[in-house]
Amino acid sequence: MKTLLQLFLIFARIGGFTFGGGYAMLPMLQKELVDNKKWTTNEELIDYYAIGQCTPGIIAVNVATFVGFKTKGVLGGIFATLGMITPSLIIVGSIAAFISGFQDYQVVQWAFSGIRAAVVALILNAMWKIAKKSLVDIFAVIIFLIVAALSFLTDISPVIFVLAAGVCGLIINLSGLRKAKEEKQK
Amino acid sequence: MMIFLELYIRFFLVGLFSVGGGLATLPFLTEMGEATGWFTPMDISNMVAISESTPGPIGINMATYIGFQVGSGFGGFGYGVLGSIIASIGEVTPAVVVIMIVSKMLMKFRDSKYVEYTFYGLRAASVGLILAAWLGVLKIAFFSSEALEEGSSFFMAIDYKSIILSAVIFFLVTKFKKIHPIALIVLAAVVGIIFKM
Repeated sequence: MKTLLQLFLIFARIGGFTFGGGYAMLPMLQKELVDNKKWTTNEELIDYYAIGQCTPGIIAVNVATFVGFKTKGVLGGIFATLGMITPSLIIVGSIAAFISGFQDYQVVQWAFSGIRAAVVALILNAMWKIAKKSLVDIFAVIIFLIVAALSFLTDISPVIFVLAAGVCGLIINLSGLRKAKEEKQK
Repeated sequence: MMIFLELYIRFFLVGLFSVGGGLATLPFLTEMGEATGWFTPMDISNMVAISESTPGPIGINMATYIGFQVGSGFGGFGYGVLGSIIASIGEVTPAVVVIMIVSKMLMKFRDSKYVEYTFYGLRAASVGLILAAWLGVLKIAFFSSEALEEGSSFFMAIDYKSIILSAVIFFLVTKFKKIHPIALIVLAAVVGIIFKM
């Protein structure tokens, strides 16, 4: 019961301070789940993101369900997910009910300029930690660069990239390309 | 009560078919507005603006906003609250079920070398997608969109205050590893207001 409550509260805290969608919560997930609670690792987190991107639903919720389920089964998954969506319900619900033109207030726009600048720095730091674990050799770096460039410059769905990269991973390993490279380095 | 059942089912379908994050739900929501008359394209653009400037996953924020509009239009504030809860729960239901099944399968096949080979590629792509999303945030954070549209030069459009703040935050987060990201976000919001960024 205590763990369920913790899952709910941690994800509520993350949901309440994530500005700009699922990717922006990566720094907080690392802090809360990898550094503090040790419920998951950076490697697992990046796997969750990869799967969360090619399964139905919102990435942030998918990652919450994954971590909750792994930590405490079905109930854990549900509590983490409910935690993630609760701040949205309260904050967005209040704005929809009481404040019209919330986003037009000057003070809100100033605060958001500041928050966006912080989010750039925080994601960069989080991305660096994960890149070190994921981009283990030249082939991984090539996949990474191609996906990053195409995803930034085109409207191709992330699903396509994730599926194609999975197939590439299989081919590169099964064809012996990686092994040949490793032996050459020895 | 029928309207809430319909709301749940419609958001369930959005959650089931939109793959790849909150903004991927947008085309489905547009279609929902047209099919039901619950909200207009104008409502949708308000909703996106609010969802992006409030905390939480964008997809959930949008579901909450629409659920409230639909419910309150039907029977006032209490119905609005109920509508926002039902829409959000509807949207996450398919994901929760799918992720639990995938997670179960992963635990079973974790030691398979084929899973390992696939994830080797998946992880690289995942970091690539994060980099692309980061570049998108960077573009909005460091460049004034109005200046770019007015045709000012590249250097005129650069928002130096944001770049300096970002550099300071990056220094803090790498130098003092104990600081919680939430503290830095609050700090940045305060700085933004004080310096009228």
